[in-house]
Amino acid sequence: MPAAEPAPPAIELRHIDKRFGTVHANRDVSMTIARGSITGIVGENGAGKSTLMSILYGFYDADSGDILVNGEPAAIRNPHDALHLGIGMVHQHFVLIDPFTVLENVMLGAEGGALLRRGKGKARAELERLETEYGLGVNPDAVIGNLPVGAQQRVEILKALYRGAAILILDEPTGVLTPQEAEQLFRILQTIKARGATVILITHKLREIMAATDEVYVMRAGTVVAHRRTEETDEGELAELMIGRKVRLELDKAPAAPGAERLLVEDVTLHDARGVTVLDHVGFGVRAGEIVGVAGVSGNGQTELLEVLAGIRVAETGRISVDRTAITPARPMDPAQMRELGVAHIPEDRHRLGLVVSFEATESALLGYQRDGAYAGPVLQRHQAINRHCAALMEEFDVRPRQPFLRSANFSGGNQQKLIVARELARDPTVLLVGQPTRGVDIGAIEFIHRQLIEHRDAGAAILLVSVELDEIMALADRILVMCDGRIVGEVARHDADERMLGLMMANARAGNGAAAST
Amino acid sequence: MSRTDRNVRAPLPRWADVALIPVANVLLALLAAALIVLVIGENPLKAVRIMVAGALGDSQGIGYTLYYATNYIFTGLAVAVAFHAGLFNIGGEGQAYIGGLGVGLALLAFDHVLPLAALIPLAVAAAALFGAAWAFVPAYLQAYRGSHIVITTIMFNFIASALMVYLMVNVLIAPHQMSPESREFLPNAWLPTIGSVLAGLGITVERSPLNLSLVLAALACVGVWIYLWHTPWGYELRTVGQSERAAVYAGVKPRHIILVAMAVSGALAGFVGVNEIMGVQHRLLLNFNLGYGFTGIAVALMGRNHPVGVVLASLLFGILSQGGAELAFEIPAITPEMIIVIQGLIILFSGALANMSRPFFERIFALAARA
Repeated sequence: MPAAEPAPPAIELRHIDKRFGTVHANRDVSMTIARGSITGIVGENGAGKSTLMSILYGFYDADSGDILVNGEPAAIRNPHDALHLGIGMVHQHFVLIDPFTVLENVMLGAEGGALLRRGKGKARAELERLETEYGLGVNPDAVIGNLPVGAQQRVEILKALYRGAAILILDEPTGVLTPQEAEQLFRILQTIKARGATVILITHKLREIMAATDEVYVMRAGTVVAHRRTEETDEGELAELMIGRKVRLELDKAPAAPGAERLLVEDVTLHDARGVTVLDHVGFGVRAGEIVGVAGVSGNGQTELLEVLAGIRVAETGRISVDRTAITPARPMDPAQMRELGVAHIPEDRHRLGLVVSFEATESALLGYQRDGAYAGPVLQRHQAINRHCAALMEEFDVRPRQPFLRSANFSGGNQQKLIVARELARDPTVLLVGQPTRGVDIGAIEFIHRQLIEHRDAGAAILLVSVELDEIMALADRILVMCDGRIVGEVARHDADERMLGLMMANARAGNGAAAST
Repeated sequence: MSRTDRNVRAPLPRWADVALIPVANVLLALLAAALIVLVIGENPLKAVRIMVAGALGDSQGIGYTLYYATNYIFTGLAVAVAFHAGLFNIGGEGQAYIGGLGVGLALLAFDHVLPLAALIPLAVAAAALFGAAWAFVPAYLQAYRGSHIVITTIMFNFIASALMVYLMVNVLIAPHQMSPESREFLPNAWLPTIGSVLAGLGITVERSPLNLSLVLAALACVGVWIYLWHTPWGYELRTVGQSERAAVYAGVKPRHIILVAMAVSGALAGFVGVNEIMGVQHRLLLNFNLGYGFTGIAVALMGRNHPVGVVLASLLFGILSQGGAELAFEIPAITPEMIIVIQGLIILFSGALANMSRPFFERIFALAARA
């Protein structure tokens, strides 16, 4: 216990309470964050973690309760106050300007006078100091838009440190990172801690809590339900505390019984707008009744592969066959035609592809099937059928709250994803394309979505699963393809694979092309 | 998660969003206008009384108010439909102008061969076709060439204006006269006034330009409502407007939607020509479209891009147009330019400053919820 320390804790929250209308987001939350520690806050989506941090960072005012920073009562009315007190935040969605360089982004809001030149010189010197101290590995002159996601995130950390943050809040920092990038992040956090700063890590990934933190708070439904020293707990206990019941992280599933080849991909090639090869002679097959997992560091062509298969993009060469129908560059099919062939697609980016956040749930539940005879007559939409359909999907997939006319944006991430999965599975597709089905989704929903995928596999669907979560690939896939630089660099049967081996395949292949990929 | 939290933070009930805020904005604008009236030494309350009496006090005032509102409904709906597809159609002015040209050409060509019953659908179709065609060119340039629709539709207003001057001065001008106007249509090509229709039912009202275009405006409102919220095409149009990537995912082709949405938008704006050319002027002339296209933007903004809102906002702007004319007549110190200032204030407060009062109401509602 931190009682032995003479210094006051970096942060102390006392009885924080916050309501949004009828939602009680934080209920009498008290926490003590020791200086120079890494403290994790875990909880499901909607448990109140982000609200709490937004209060600490000055986005919201608490309805009641006190915040003490370094033992002093603090009034944090806006992020500026928070920065002044040495609190910095790295958001889940980065706040960076793509065409600017790292240096310019870091300086933004702290330019130091009317003329940029002097400020730039000072900022550069400061960045060099931070670089030697923390080893973030960011080139100050790189343009943000050209940097991989992991590096962009390190720029966000750099921004906070540049502004003198001694307390760093990271909100779901690994959601967008590859395993390697995540590891690098945790090494950096250890360095930051070693230099005496304090880190608060918000996540729902238990493995990260175990790997990175000293202490952990578990939140559920707006309250703190547990406080543990990390070394005295384990993933099982934390998971149980988070959702209030036992969960199985392992799925039990019958061995696959693959049937006929449903999806066949041959020699597919695609270049992006800049002429970079994103799919390089990709070929594989998926049989009825099996799940083929595509593992790989994100940004190695998986996104484009899914989009080509779904008809969103047209490949330049090659052939895609769904059952006996061939799709070639000369005879492409759009997403509507692919759906008619029985191809369903759970997209990677649910906010921008999977649903329309400003639409009511009924309208989002219709996306892609708006011309279907069940929902559209010759002129008018069949609103009754559409509403019934949405209500049925919500019931079957336990989408909460059960409000078909609520705007899609007002559902939590997990419930949005359940709605999308429900919509795409409702037709019993013959081929199912799945991208990051559980990204940003809480444990209860992950378990549910995984079980649904297995059920459809057992019912004879051919499923292609793209995920950057190796756990997920390992839990679901019957066969695993590893993708790198737009190519399939390896294939293993599930029972021959382990994470270390897959990681090596992803990493080795990457090392060979590293020079091109990292600039 | 942070995303949903931010939404919870703005707990304005729907009725406040669609009704309270627009009304508050109008009141703020009227308050600002009242200050101006005070500054020039007149009584604002008297001014309001004159405006309301002039716009709604008798059947003639009401007729004029509704006549103006008809035009605003057409251009307001035009902006609203484009807006739902994520497009900002600033070209209502030009589309109305060219729509009127279509009406004029159709009636000049056929008024001596066809009866009124045939000329009405012909004129409506010509207005729609010409307006749609004028909007289609910028739409095509946006969809296939990436030229920004705001820029191209503005430029097309000027092109429409130049084209009309050329046609009226050189081609369509009636022989043996100085002013650039066509010959008057034969009376069988005049859209009946509401007054004459009511007279047929035994009700007498005072003369006003209000004509059967009002019925067309009502049909257009219902049509737009059905189109946007009750047909799969409207669903696809709104999907493109909200999220182009989601639309592509759903099998919708955004380029097609841009073309269709702008054509529908242009057709709606073109209906101004039916009201003005067939209903009021009975000849083709210059500048009959003045200001309706631009005011339509304010109407759509204020009406929250919904047909019901567009109707209400159109009525307000109709009252302002008609009441303002009365006001300038009754109080000479208030010049017609002042009326334009007042209209401008309303556009400013309900358009450009539409969200100025929002934080205030959010706080009020937050306090009320806590109490």
